[in-house]
Amino acid sequence: MRLRFWGCRGSIAAPGPETMRYGGNTSCIEVRLDDGTLIVLDAGTGARALGHALAGETAEPIHLLLTHLHVDHIEGLGAFEPIWRRETELHLWGPASPVVSLDERVATYFSPPLFPLHLSEVPARCTFDDAPVNGRRIGSAMVRSDQIMHQGATVGYRIEADGRVLTYLTDHEPALGMDMDEVPTEWISGFGLAAGADVLIHDCQYTPQEYATRFGFGHSSSEHVAVFARRAEVGRVVLFHHDPMHTDAELEAIRDDVLVRWDVEPERCELAAEGAELQV
Amino acid sequence: MSEPAQRHLILILARSFSSRLATPVFVVDAGGNVIYFNEAAERLLGQRFVEGHGMSPDEYGKLFQPSDDEGNLLPVAETPLGIAFTHRETAHGKLTLRSADGVLRPIAVTAFPLLAHTEELVGAIAIFWERPT
Repeated sequence: MRLRFWGCRGSIAAPGPETMRYGGNTSCIEVRLDDGTLIVLDAGTGARALGHALAGETAEPIHLLLTHLHVDHIEGLGAFEPIWRRETELHLWGPASPVVSLDERVATYFSPPLFPLHLSEVPARCTFDDAPVNGRRIGSAMVRSDQIMHQGATVGYRIEADGRVLTYLTDHEPALGMDMDEVPTEWISGFGLAAGADVLIHDCQYTPQEYATRFGFGHSSSEHVAVFARRAEVGRVVLFHHDPMHTDAELEAIRDDVLVRWDVEPERCELAAEGAELQV
Repeated sequence: MSEPAQRHLILILARSFSSRLATPVFVVDAGGNVIYFNEAAERLLGQRFVEGHGMSPDEYGKLFQPSDDEGNLLPVAETPLGIAFTHRETAHGKLTLRSADGVLRPIAVTAFPLLAHTEELVGAIAIFWERPT
């Protein structure tokens, strides 16, 4: 499968000269399976450019896997061009709630006064499903989700396709109340999704010093990512959900810190960069 | 597809929460098997968690011998914890345990089932404290 990053910033879009190299758009990743199936991970502001790029494409349906419904992960949905085409079949997946359906929760944002139209008014044929906990086939992939440590209902995804494994754990704080170096792996949030993955896309919003004042915010530091990657024995880590206050140079310092702590070859850890492609 | 073992997030959070409480807490999985008890519980139960990890209801019932105030032995299913994981109901009660080091300890227990988003039972948790004799 092949990935393209359309947005990798966390919390709020952060365009500007100091974020040019890694980009300012919020979470959105295009995943192309070898059979042509299109999976989109989250619909942050990066979804606008992805939707534009898909304008001439007829590949359907589009599977949009939402990790959670914080604004930075769904605010690009209204600007995602395919949703305004009648012929589009858009299948949205997201964390289950025992109280409110996924479409109702998405519509909380996608409705007046926060958005001019209500979700039910879009011309695309939209279907909504709970993220598959026990595995669900999407094209040639088996996709599995699980709840992960973050505020509110939040899931991560494990996508197994074409003999490779991709795990997506954005907005994840597995170290909350936990010494990940000490506990058995079965007690680490996200471990079941990440174990042995060829590529792990993981939240790395903070430096260890910043984390000390952002405990419980739902995000990870470079120290946590290094420990998590080592314990999950992943092949490669892509650092994601960049803090909106971090410049390109600060992000690179965070990547270097992960490398030192994880103690692996440089090619096994990189920063997600808007526009970059990656073959899993 | 491969499914690496990992506890449900509700249980991970329950353990993390319990490990920081000064009040004794006992956490079991959906089958009633011990998956965690904290240091405060270790003191009351006379046993370290590493020794009690994985005990079934039958095993900890025999070990701790819960009884009512008249001294009648109680099946685990009739204790607040047993009610929580068997009937998915919250329960509160007073009983006496025999700690692993042989001391009789009158306790009060509040237990409740741990239900995940999809409403499946993933375990139960009991918070208890020693009653004055």
